[in-house]
Amino acid sequence: MDDARCIEVRDLTMAYGGRVVMRDVSFDVRRGEIFVVMGGSGSGKSTLLKHLIGLKRPVKGTILFEREDFGAADEKTRRGILRRIGVTYQNGALWSGLTLAENVALPLEEFTALRAEAIAEVVSLKLALVGLRGFEPLYPVEISGGMRKRAALARAVALDPEVLFFDEPTSGLDPITASRLDDLILQIRSCFGTTIVVVSHDLASISKIADRALFLDIEQKTMTALGRPTDLRENPPSEEVRRFLTRSSGARDTPVFEPRPARTYPT
Amino acid sequence: MQVDLRQEEDALIASLAGIWDLEHTAPSFDRLIESFAAGSTVEAIAFDTTELGTWDSSLLIFLLRVRDYCEAHGLDFRAESLPENIGRLLDLTRAVPEQELERREAKSSFLTRLGAQGLSWFDGVLESVAFVGRVAQGFAHLPRLRGRLRWRDFWVVVQSNSSGALPIVTLISFMVGLIIAFLGAVVLRRLGAGYYVSYLVGYGMLREMAALMTGIIMAGRTGAAFAAELGSMKITEEIDALRTLGVSPIDHLVLPRVLGIFVMMPLLTIYAVFIGVLGGLLVSITMLDLSAGQFIGGLLTPLTLSDGLLGVFKGTVFGLIIGIAGCMRGMQTGSDAGAVGRAATSAVVTGITWIIVATAVIDWLAALLGV
Repeated sequence: MDDARCIEVRDLTMAYGGRVVMRDVSFDVRRGEIFVVMGGSGSGKSTLLKHLIGLKRPVKGTILFEREDFGAADEKTRRGILRRIGVTYQNGALWSGLTLAENVALPLEEFTALRAEAIAEVVSLKLALVGLRGFEPLYPVEISGGMRKRAALARAVALDPEVLFFDEPTSGLDPITASRLDDLILQIRSCFGTTIVVVSHDLASISKIADRALFLDIEQKTMTALGRPTDLRENPPSEEVRRFLTRSSGARDTPVFEPRPARTYPT
Repeated sequence: MQVDLRQEEDALIASLAGIWDLEHTAPSFDRLIESFAAGSTVEAIAFDTTELGTWDSSLLIFLLRVRDYCEAHGLDFRAESLPENIGRLLDLTRAVPEQELERREAKSSFLTRLGAQGLSWFDGVLESVAFVGRVAQGFAHLPRLRGRLRWRDFWVVVQSNSSGALPIVTLISFMVGLIIAFLGAVVLRRLGAGYYVSYLVGYGMLREMAALMTGIIMAGRTGAAFAAELGSMKITEEIDALRTLGVSPIDHLVLPRVLGIFVMMPLLTIYAVFIGVLGGLLVSITMLDLSAGQFIGGLLTPLTLSDGLLGVFKGTVFGLIIGIAGCMRGMQTGSDAGAVGRAATSAVVTGITWIIVATAVIDWLAALLGV
């Protein structure tokens, strides 16, 4: 058997209330790879992420984290698993009442027995890694959106996690900032060997960072593609995947809409 | 805006003429076609736009209605007889097929709705009980958590419920003391017992009004603030971020807040008693010609320590209620923009309701125990 598997998802069905969002989702994430979950808006990408990090329980199917069933784990095991992962939320989700330093320090205070000075050193290191050296005393509202995402990344890597989860790392960022964040993700992987799971619909970012990508199809309510982004682009397994990866709307013979119909039409 | 119908072979020709704009009412196609006595062989509707002036969406709306009519009556809608740009706009409205959205709640009988309401109410009760249980568990862990509890949040709550709340508590309890004294002055003077107004004020404030009024003010002030604060944190995923760290939001966010108001409410209640009595004193001196000495004497003689303890006990219970109701509604916040507002409103309503119910229960028990 393949020993490189870090997360195994088997026959996962996700639902909100009684409404099924996705069914029959099965895939593995291998250790050390950058795995992208892609799909259109509302296809359940973020919901899948919430399942992977244990915020939502599967309706059906299992999620194994290093051979341990996350969904059925008791509190102690869960805490052990949570200790080994880091999460960066879509809008950062930095605790607004705490400074950047306190944000990064909180996981360290919760999970380690480090002394205050040692924690301060780790915090400075992590903030420096994401290019926020000297920003320790600022509050999240005082920095820009791109900085907030990087600060959230610093918090997510505070405990040197084995797996790092990203919800839409580049959404709402300009292309340059987005590209820098991609570089940062690649660097973290190459320096720490971290397994990284990214939820994204940013094509530029996907083709830059992804080793493998999973496509969630909103209409068929299941996954329809899994593979390297370049392979998927050359041999798209479905029309929807082709449209997604080539950024085409898919409507044939769509009339070109003129922004304003001229008011007079001599006929 | 003019439409004339004429028949050419098997087609009905609608000539569109004049200026079409939304400020004028477009003619109704259904009525036009009813009044037009066509031959039986009409198979299509076409258009003649030679006289058409400027137009806006009103023309498109009219044409869409014609198309619907054609589809309903099996007629051929000849879009090609329209100018190309109008035809393209009409096509655009059909470029994406209409979504069949499932709306399950659309039609249901009264009984179904009653049942659903009952179930959701029951779920709400279960959720409240579970939340109270979790907070109680948190309190049980308190000695273990002591070093890690967020004392800063605790002190912020203490500050906002002490110096921050004093002006409003002073105003309201002074007024309530005044009101009780006014009532007493009128009723007791008739019985020739004006002297006892201080007893009424003291007894009323100590046992009931100080705790009740402070509770209601704090439910509106602090309970709503807790709900809004935690609700915003929920929306920005800050609470999820805590959970994925394995940190319990209850221990981290709820406990310091509940503890803060739990400690402050009895103190505020005692303060409110004193201010209320002062209000009563003012009325007694100005309206009843009692001296301050007489007032204090009439106050202290009949009151017992248990009256005071009962009031403080109530204040403490209300503090717990306000803290728990506020935090609970905050943690239950949904994810849309209006959710925080609803959470704050619901925290106040829940807090006040529970306070009133608790008052009734405590008074009943006190009467049973003869306190």
